[in-house]
Amino acid sequence: MAERIFSWLIMVCALLVVAALLWVLSDVVLQGAAHFSWQFLFDAPTDAGRGGGIAPILVSTLWLLLIALTVALPLGLGVAIWLSEFASSNSRFANSTGITLDILAGVPSIVYGLFGNAFFSIYLGLGFSLLSGGLTLACMILPVFVRTCEVGLRTVSNDWRRGALALGMTRSTAIWHILLPAARPAIVAGLILSIGRATAETAALLFTSGYVDRMPGSLLDSGRALAVHIYDLAMNVTGGDGAAYASALVLVTLIIVLNTLAQSLVDSWFKRRLVLA
Amino acid sequence: MNRLKERSYTLGEIEQGKPCCVPQPHLQIQDLTVGYGAKTVLSQVSLDIYQGCITALIGPSGCGKTSFLSSLNRLSDHHADAHVSGKILFDGQDLLHDPVDTLKLRRRIGMIFQKPNPFPLSIWRNLELPLKEHGVRDRNVRHHKIEQALKDVGLWDEVSDRLHSSAMALSGGQQQRLCIARALVLEPEILLMDEPCSALDPIASAVVEELILRLRGRYTVVIVTHNLAQARRVANYAGFFWMTERVGQLVEFGQCQHLFEAPTHALTAAYISGARG
Repeated sequence: MAERIFSWLIMVCALLVVAALLWVLSDVVLQGAAHFSWQFLFDAPTDAGRGGGIAPILVSTLWLLLIALTVALPLGLGVAIWLSEFASSNSRFANSTGITLDILAGVPSIVYGLFGNAFFSIYLGLGFSLLSGGLTLACMILPVFVRTCEVGLRTVSNDWRRGALALGMTRSTAIWHILLPAARPAIVAGLILSIGRATAETAALLFTSGYVDRMPGSLLDSGRALAVHIYDLAMNVTGGDGAAYASALVLVTLIIVLNTLAQSLVDSWFKRRLVLA
Repeated sequence: MNRLKERSYTLGEIEQGKPCCVPQPHLQIQDLTVGYGAKTVLSQVSLDIYQGCITALIGPSGCGKTSFLSSLNRLSDHHADAHVSGKILFDGQDLLHDPVDTLKLRRRIGMIFQKPNPFPLSIWRNLELPLKEHGVRDRNVRHHKIEQALKDVGLWDEVSDRLHSSAMALSGGQQQRLCIARALVLEPEILLMDEPCSALDPIASAVVEELILRLRGRYTVVIVTHNLAQARRVANYAGFFWMTERVGQLVEFGQCQHLFEAPTHALTAAYISGARG
């Protein structure tokens, strides 16, 4: 009897989560579709975003994401490799790096925004620009990406490390050809988390990339991200609800597309090396 | 299915090497002491490993046989707090004190582990990767060496139609023979085997044992085994390790037949008769 109640409760939990997700998603899709047209993607916004489309905003979003990932991925993978493969487990520096990352992962994004504004915009003189915003996003996604990849690498079987060493292989070969491909699921997970977090970010961008809704001419121009646009339409623009919903629909679709793309890219890159049973 | 394949395999030709068992030491170990942190696990072991012979190391678990083995190819370097002292003379060099290129050393002294550890790559890549790592650039040469190694371990006929499928899909016995092929492809002089059959079923174990016998003469083999009957069947020389006051020591070393039929030490006699251990 208790067993049945237990499994029933578990089922209810799952249903609740799925229902909540479906509710949000259907709300966005239904309300967004009413205001959405293909032209919406290619037009510039007019009337503070009530009319027109989101073309410059989409471009800014993609630039921000590109900058953030270009900086965060190699750096993050490097730190993860160092932590899991090179740092000894009782090294103080490694431990404090790990703790620092954990704390940074929990810092609210508005704090990253303030830091990005102080450091990139003012101290480095990048002003309100896509570059400031992208670099701030990079700082923000780095901790989670590093930790996910590190855990992934640590779970790779030690037998392979010893096997590679016993064959006189350098550690770099072992890492590049065996360990990283074997840690692929974790790397993909880290990538998806990072893309999701960076694409959906608002607070960290308000003070760094700003909210100018013109088409950016260079990386030093200010640009408005999709999430910032939605926030602005929903909070500051009366009558902007329709456009906000349509933008939200685009944002959700964009994240799904990017995740699928990232997954298949990483998969195809690694599968050339790795042949799993 | 795999079982059947294991049973119906044939051993390929192994190129004739030097005559079996030259009474000339290939490795001379003097006063080898191994410890981890403050704990000594193996104390003052001295013995000669003879060229082209099979030397079996027997004794209960935890008496330092594996530590002994991994000192010989300096794999112990990668254990964070391991310390090894004494002398290991190989080819005019003291492996513990002279400057030794460990990557080249491990090409000359190969190692097979208890649990088969093929890389999660294709069968072909498992052998190709170490060859490339050791600078064999010519495709044709690689091809020839890989085919020869697979024939040497009797795998060629079993896998030649699926060389590019995953090595992880092979049966346990096939995986272990692939690992032996992966070591042989680098043309080592010495093979260290750490209980190579203990994770295999009896049939696969018999196949690997037969293979080890075929290696005699061409390679110097040091094998750690808990299977006394196997040690007796394959080895020319045998060493018996025992733990005294929690520190492993070599109790007796000599010709295998001698050690089993007329042990000079009471502990050896008790262990091989099954009275202790």
